[in-house]
Amino acid sequence: MSMPALETRDLNKFFGALEVTRSVDFSLAQGARHAIIGPNGAGKTTLINLLTGALRPSSGRIVLAGRDITAMPAHRRVKQGIARTFQINTLFMGLTVIDNLYLAVSERMGFATRLFRPAGRNRAVLDEVERLLAVVKLEADAGTILNQLPYGRQRLVEIAIALALDPKVLLLDEPAAGVPSTESHIILDAVDSLPKDIAVLIIEHDMDVVFRFAERITVLVRGAILAEGTPEEIAANEEVQATYLGEAGHG
Amino acid sequence: MTTETPTGSVSGAATDAIRAMASRHRIHWAEAIPWIVAIAVFFMLPGYRLLATQILILILFALSLDLIVGYTGIVSLGHTAFFGTGAYVTALLATNGVPDPIFGLAAAAVAAAVLAFLSGWVLLRTHGLTLLVLTMAVTVMLHELANDFDEITGGFDGINFTNSKIFGLVKLDQLWYTSSYLYALGCLFVGFVVIRTIINAPYGRMLIGIRENSTRMAAIGTPVHLRQVTAYMISGAIAGVAGALWVQVQGNVTTAVYSFQMSGDLLIMLILGGTGRLYGAFLGVVVFKILESTTELVLGTDHPYWQFAIGIVLILTVLFARRGLLGLFEDFTARLRGGSR
Repeated sequence: MSMPALETRDLNKFFGALEVTRSVDFSLAQGARHAIIGPNGAGKTTLINLLTGALRPSSGRIVLAGRDITAMPAHRRVKQGIARTFQINTLFMGLTVIDNLYLAVSERMGFATRLFRPAGRNRAVLDEVERLLAVVKLEADAGTILNQLPYGRQRLVEIAIALALDPKVLLLDEPAAGVPSTESHIILDAVDSLPKDIAVLIIEHDMDVVFRFAERITVLVRGAILAEGTPEEIAANEEVQATYLGEAGHG
Repeated sequence: MTTETPTGSVSGAATDAIRAMASRHRIHWAEAIPWIVAIAVFFMLPGYRLLATQILILILFALSLDLIVGYTGIVSLGHTAFFGTGAYVTALLATNGVPDPIFGLAAAAVAAAVLAFLSGWVLLRTHGLTLLVLTMAVTVMLHELANDFDEITGGFDGINFTNSKIFGLVKLDQLWYTSSYLYALGCLFVGFVVIRTIINAPYGRMLIGIRENSTRMAAIGTPVHLRQVTAYMISGAIAGVAGALWVQVQGNVTTAVYSFQMSGDLLIMLILGGTGRLYGAFLGVVVFKILESTTELVLGTDHPYWQFAIGIVLILTVLFARRGLLGLFEDFTARLRGGSR
């Protein structure tokens, strides 16, 4: 078996007496399409924050392609290939779509500290921005300032920025959250067409999205892994039915 | 209405937007206006050269503040810490056998940058109100130090000094402000070109990214704190040069260069003119200083009247022109252009 793209070993996170992550041994295979589901407060976003370095674990280890990154600061993990989107849009709202993408591409290519050459002269960055616009089909909105853009399209910018970082591992925190159902297909299409060599981990409440997208599902309940398997195994798992899927059915 | 493009095609919109971005650094003809005005003032209003020289130097000082406040999103109420350090370094060099003015500016820049590094490394871990108060505290502390060590700084009375000739050619003139004015104008021009270049470079775009959303910047791999410190150092260095110029053209330095009042005034000037738009610093300083001297003429030199006038103007700016006078002007020209179509 090949080395996992990203894994955690006995990962724990406590906020005082509150255990939000409990001995999580999680493994994301290379090129995976993996979903994490679980009821509200299960610790899904906390896990993402631990993986990206936004939070420090209380104990345990995080390993990226065989390399221990537990102590590595968040911005350096990005350079090692971990990109994320946020559950609530975390974008440059006062800037245009291309400016948003420009910042990510410029940082990834190592140009962001250049002091003297005009930004607009850097063809390599602009070409990459143009390519990304095509990938998420945002060409028509290229010059639009984000706060003028519909929420669904802002979510696409989230995904495009993450792709701009040329990630090996992509963590999507509820990519379709807050998007009206009439627009959600543009997000799902974008998620479907992500490059196959990127390992994708998605957190999602919408079971249709999860079962359409994921090849593997991990169920998180009160900070711990309850079950893991293929979508069929998870759908058939009685414990999962009782604690999670059942509730969702009633809700 | 704004999303419509001449070509109408989807990829055309992207190409147009990218082209607009690629040409953003180009020089607009209107950018010549401040420099033409500055030269015209020199010839046509020789009686106002002292005030005009001060305005030029304050513009450089305000530009340095704009780099952190307007572009990086670091609000400071203590920028005189760097201004004053630059001023004292230059003055003390001159009284200790190193009177070359250009060397004085360079030394001021280095000293202020070092101070910015040391203070910024600690201060920039904080945000918002805490940061504001800490920047203020640094300035107040330095002011007290300058007062206490009056055998070195001359304290409240200050120290007088003379610089050698600029490039060994021209003496700074403290009577008619002929060479002093042109010296200040030259330094402002160089400083402005440096700042404008930085703003339009990838580095400047990156600073705007930190201002807009520092969480997102960290998530695209930016070491935000480190980059903020570098911006603080560049800003501090330029403020140090402004401080050095300020005392060089007067031939005198007092503890006033560390005054908290001046830090506050500078922030008001910048907000008045408009932050994060380069020329806001020009407009804000000019309006502030002219308002200051005219209210003194009209209402007498009593301090409160002047403070009252600027207070009203500031309230009006914050209420009705959040982007400053320059923002107001931009809206006005946009409406004119829209109407003529």
